[in-house]
Amino acid sequence: MWRWVRQQLGFDPPHQSDTRTIYIANRFPQNGLYTPQKFIDNRIISSKYTVWNFVPKNLFEQFRRVANFYFLIIFLVQLMIDTPTSPITSGLPLFFVITVTAIKQGYEDWLRHNSDNEVNGAPVYVVRSGGLVKTRSKNIRVGDIVRIAKDEIFPADLVLLSSDRLDGSCHITTASLDGETNLKTHVAVPETAVLQTVASLDTLIAVIECQQPEADLYRFMGRMIITQQMEEIVRPLGPESLLLRGARLKNTKEIFGVAIYTGMETKMALNYKSKSQKRSAVEKSMNTFLIIYLIILISEAIISTILKYTWQAEEKWDEPWYNQKTEHQRNSSKILRFISDFLAFLVLYNFIIPISLYVTVEMQKFLGSFFIGWDLDLYHEESDQKAQVNTSDLNEELGQVEYVFTDKTGTLTENEMQFRECSINGIKYQEINGRLVSEGPTPDSPEGSLSYLNSLSHLNNLSHLTTSSFRTSPENETELIKEHDLFFKAVSLCHTVQISNVQTDGIGDGPWQSNFAPSQLEYYASSPDEKALVEAAARIGIVFIGNSEETMEIKILGKLERYKLLHILEFDSDRRRMSVIVQSPSGEKLLFAKGAESSILPKCIGGEIEKTRIHVDEFALKGLRTLCMAYKQLTSKEYEEIDRRLFEARTALQQREEKLADVFQFIEKDLMLLGATAVEDRLQDRVRETIEALRMAGIKVWVLTGDKHETAVSVSLSCGHFHRTMNILELINQKSDSECAEQLRQLARRIKEDHVIQHGLVVDGTSLSLALREHEKLFMEVCRNCSAVLCCRMAPLQKAKVIRLIKISPEKPITLAVGDGANDVSMIQEAHVGIGIMGKEGRQAARNSDYAIARFKFLSKLLFVHGHFYYIRIATLVQYFFYKNVCFITPQFLYQFYCLFSQQTLYDSVYLTLYNICFTSLPILIYSLLEQHIDPHVLQSKPTLYRDISKNRQLSIKTFLYWTILGFSHAFIFFFGSYFLIGKDMSLLGNGQMALETHFWTWINHLVTWGSIIFYFIFSLFYGGILWPFLGSQNMYFVFIQLLSSGSAWFAIILMVVMCLFLDIVKKIFDQQIHPTNTEKAQLTETNSGIKCLDSMCCFSEGETACASVGRMLERVVGRCSPTRVSRSWSASDPFYTNDRSILTLSTMDSSTC
Amino acid sequence: MTWSATARGAHQPDNTAFTQQRLPAWQPLLSASIALPLFFCAGLAFIGLGLGLFYSSNGIKELEYDYTGNPGTGNCSACALADQDRAPPLRCSCAWYFSLPELFPGPVYLYYELTNFYQNNRRYSVSRDDTQLSGLPSALRHPANECAPYQRRASGLPIAPCGAIANSLFNDSFSLWHQRQPGGPYVEVPLDRTGIAWWTDCHVKFRNPPLVNGSLALAFHGTAPPPNWPRPVYELSPDPNNTGFINQDFVVWMRTAALPTFRKLYARIRQGNYSTGLPRGSYLVNITYNYPVRAFGGHKLIVFSNISWMGGKNPFLGIAYLVVGSLCILMGFVMLVVYIRYQDQNDEDEEEE
Repeated sequence: MWRWVRQQLGFDPPHQSDTRTIYIANRFPQNGLYTPQKFIDNRIISSKYTVWNFVPKNLFEQFRRVANFYFLIIFLVQLMIDTPTSPITSGLPLFFVITVTAIKQGYEDWLRHNSDNEVNGAPVYVVRSGGLVKTRSKNIRVGDIVRIAKDEIFPADLVLLSSDRLDGSCHITTASLDGETNLKTHVAVPETAVLQTVASLDTLIAVIECQQPEADLYRFMGRMIITQQMEEIVRPLGPESLLLRGARLKNTKEIFGVAIYTGMETKMALNYKSKSQKRSAVEKSMNTFLIIYLIILISEAIISTILKYTWQAEEKWDEPWYNQKTEHQRNSSKILRFISDFLAFLVLYNFIIPISLYVTVEMQKFLGSFFIGWDLDLYHEESDQKAQVNTSDLNEELGQVEYVFTDKTGTLTENEMQFRECSINGIKYQEINGRLVSEGPTPDSPEGSLSYLNSLSHLNNLSHLTTSSFRTSPENETELIKEHDLFFKAVSLCHTVQISNVQTDGIGDGPWQSNFAPSQLEYYASSPDEKALVEAAARIGIVFIGNSEETMEIKILGKLERYKLLHILEFDSDRRRMSVIVQSPSGEKLLFAKGAESSILPKCIGGEIEKTRIHVDEFALKGLRTLCMAYKQLTSKEYEEIDRRLFEARTALQQREEKLADVFQFIEKDLMLLGATAVEDRLQDRVRETIEALRMAGIKVWVLTGDKHETAVSVSLSCGHFHRTMNILELINQKSDSECAEQLRQLARRIKEDHVIQHGLVVDGTSLSLALREHEKLFMEVCRNCSAVLCCRMAPLQKAKVIRLIKISPEKPITLAVGDGANDVSMIQEAHVGIGIMGKEGRQAARNSDYAIARFKFLSKLLFVHGHFYYIRIATLVQYFFYKNVCFITPQFLYQFYCLFSQQTLYDSVYLTLYNICFTSLPILIYSLLEQHIDPHVLQSKPTLYRDISKNRQLSIKTFLYWTILGFSHAFIFFFGSYFLIGKDMSLLGNGQMALETHFWTWINHLVTWGSIIFYFIFSLFYGGILWPFLGSQNMYFVFIQLLSSGSAWFAIILMVVMCLFLDIVKKIFDQQIHPTNTEKAQLTETNSGIKCLDSMCCFSEGETACASVGRMLERVVGRCSPTRVSRSWSASDPFYTNDRSILTLSTMDSSTC
Repeated sequence: MTWSATARGAHQPDNTAFTQQRLPAWQPLLSASIALPLFFCAGLAFIGLGLGLFYSSNGIKELEYDYTGNPGTGNCSACALADQDRAPPLRCSCAWYFSLPELFPGPVYLYYELTNFYQNNRRYSVSRDDTQLSGLPSALRHPANECAPYQRRASGLPIAPCGAIANSLFNDSFSLWHQRQPGGPYVEVPLDRTGIAWWTDCHVKFRNPPLVNGSLALAFHGTAPPPNWPRPVYELSPDPNNTGFINQDFVVWMRTAALPTFRKLYARIRQGNYSTGLPRGSYLVNITYNYPVRAFGGHKLIVFSNISWMGGKNPFLGIAYLVVGSLCILMGFVMLVVYIRYQDQNDEDEEEE
């Protein structure tokens, strides 16, 4: 409180204070002790522009692009000085490009405005002056009490005051925020929970102090100070009483809440702030090329200027009698003339910088990304999910990946948990058909499960009862041995599972009072492990029926037991465990803890620790996920202390998390071990094949998981990440720096000694942080030499750190991260390309990713087909743009030698203007959308082809030079070709310029090309054929028609085009014959195999049925020939493969059938 | 068939050839087996075409004479000498005698050729006013600024036609005389001075200003001729359909050349006895020498030529076709060798695999 006073007295300026103070219903204290804090209104503004600032702001944004700015400068130069081309020639394309971009951005912003208005204008009910007032969402102010009815979305971040339930709880779903569809319970503080009417709320005098807005959805700290009968009651507020904007109220008739964060300060709005822009490698090389061209441009202009003055030194060239200067021109200063000449040349050659490059690239990416979403092969039928593209900027980066970092749970595996085994008190049990069967060596070696039942009488009864469900009368119950009882009670009590109460909904009673059979219960859990465990317990016979804020109810063999829930010590990834403190019906206070074995076993002081540890390791070896259960009986004295310390920590405003962690540490100790559970997480379909293919494509695969070492290794083995033949190196459990370094050096030595065999590396989180702290280089050295790396026990931030480390390593490889959970978000955002798996652990990863797919196996198509295509496409697009402009402008430069460097243009200004935006941009755009240089099936079945495009090969300086030289040589051919072929021809004397303009771009065999050429011809006919009244001078009048009427012009055009193609074709063929790349080889085999012709036949045939039958035939053909091809290439590149597979198939069979 | 409809998920993408990127496509592939025949065929076709072009170009006759009059190059030297150091005009005539041993097949075109004359200099080529030339009365008296320094006379009168191009109009003239029998009289060969400009130019692009009281001279009242012109534009020719801005010599000159060496059409020979060409015999071209070119190192030529279906004489085109054609065949052979050698190697590679 004194802190608040301090703040009010001005010691802490309000904006830098860590807390905000909210007077509920804006009832400010009557004494003058406060200065009102300013809060923003509840308007959500996701739009970037308003009507007023759109033009200036958008223009500013656009001119921040180097190319646009460059053209603006050129345009201004043209306006200022006398230049050969009119300002229109560069102004119009610039205007076009800017307009297209502005329209696109404006449209997007308009959509955002619409949705903003919809949200801001939504009707809400606010308690004001003792009554319920209907108003618009944007009018909510901080401190307003808002009423929300069932299934409505919260309009601001609210602190729950009361609900229609007595205990002040309500259920919400945050599906739109983080994708988690489970119901979450939120509770109000008891003092306000009773205020269920508008009238009673009106009497509430309370102040909320809470932290300033921050983006973390799951963190909230605050307290409420309620003044009741002149007495101040302080209550802690945590995330459980905060209702986030965007979440939806469920299963609750209505609630009242007070708005604490509004508008752009809500957590939802803070989370939608733009992510850092990722830029692709192609874009970076594009900028390099631009700079190179800028240098070419400037040097051309300098050369021309110098030559102009040497050439025109003589008067007979500078000022012959037929071409006198004006007085003004004669008298202007030499230096000024020199500069203006230089600028004029700059303007003349400026078209060498492709103005429409960015716009075309953007369009290509935007339109091209649709194909990913449309792809049926990336569609997952079971979950009805198609691939989703969140950023279209990175399409081509998919073809450049060198490292893949993948999460394990939910990414490689299904994240569909099945309870398999457990270890209770040192004895292992398996669940078979809903029965628990002992697995260990049984003395009387019975046959069949029936005899097991005899030997284990208590379990016998239990399982018997479970299978026969509740047909037998409740009297049949027998006493369970305490540990088993406790074990399953722990399982069914220590969790945060919710029960859907759809059936009871509307009655308004809690779900726990209904009497439906357990089979009808539907559990909702944020973690699939918990759900699997609770379901398993229900099958065994201890059914969790429901909970309210205060009690949890379980039915043990039909008998209801009510536990008072005292505290939940929530799960967090640092502690890796959770606990509940309950009061049993008999009044005992019990603590149940559940967590990873590494976090539970050290805390245990009793129970079969050693045996359990062995069992846990055995489970882990089978690839099962294990959790340990423990309990502790609390005396009432202990409980009181716990209660007090928890309360203190929870109400703390500063460093609450640290304090809580301390208290948890204090509580969760001296536990009694109950046992361990093992849950199976099935591998996803075709994971092994995908990883194998990735490796063949030269991509290094790293698995980063939070799971424990043994589980991670066994999953790695079963998914093909590790081979049995691999030499697996371990860097785990390193405690000190020096030890870690020593171990690293040893590993490096071992790798050097043994070149032949492949190495796999296992690192755990703690060792990794040690290795990264001091021995980064050594560690990277080791990692690079390993063909597979597995990092286990990783914290989310560590995952991101590993990726950053690889990213900044000297080779600067392109990284890709795949993950499905919230813990993968940081790594997804860190990697060059982030892929989200739309799995069970919510949508957070998918939302933050660049691409989201439904299954891991889709990665291979995404990379090998789409990535490959888009890379080739965009690389060609970029190169082509530079090529075509070199080709276009170099004749202009050459022409200066023939016109005394007088800056005469070779092309009519209209052609200069339209060349980039009309004549040449469409064919290449279509090409870059549809080009498929190899059949997709081949790409997918031959991952090695991916190596051909790695390291940005298509955009290397070498290929860039090739294209540039090609451009120059074509320009020479066109210029000198027309000079010699047509130049002397009198009928064309006046229009040599026209002939030069003929299409150097005819070589791309595409329909649109012909369309564009035809358009060019038609345009030229119209432009030259009609005397346009608005054009002052029209030099081109009828030139084109005259040109075409001359026979030799046609012959010359044909010859020049053929000559240009000739160079290119010869080079291509020689390349292909002498050093064919794999891609070209594949192209050849493809044509030989005849699949292509079948394919096109299929598409040409009219009826769909006919097509289908041909398609089936095609499938058969492909099916017959591709496996042999695939296996051949596999066996060639990986001799261990066949060997290895037999072993692994055996091992997976083992675990699944036994 | 119903299962497909029900099994389809709500988000399933459409299965069309376009969305699945399965559009029918023709995939040309430059494999050697395709390229080789292509090269041979193209080579043969080009050689054939080249031969055709070469011969048809050779069939075109050209006769040219440099009458610049550099010292010792014929009887125009005297005129050239006189012309040395001043701008035109000065009436000086000289003549070129030549004889044709055989018929020069028609239709024959008479050109003049200038070298080192930079009609493509930017300052020169913008120095005109197309609106004025299109006959707009307002533009007639207000020439565009680009025309400077040939925009207005010192007296302030607007120049029509304004600009450097018009001012430097080629003003040599030629007449052709034919001596049928040796020693016989020279008969003037009729030169058709019309139809030398593009129809569209002198019917659409260039128009005279509207007549005032039926008189073109009055229409041009208040303007001055370009400084180098001895007479105003409306007196360029006595023929009312060929004077003023639509005078065909003028129109031809106004279409500027792209290169410093250029030919412009002077007349066509197609009338009377000469419609089939110039018969054998001695000829005389009488040249009125006005146009100074020696100041800038230029040359003046007079050229007789006929044309074929492919335009004027252009041996280079045929030669280029021949060269490219033979290159194609040459490359074809080289490739064949490479193909055979590497084919074997590739086969071996595959066997090794």
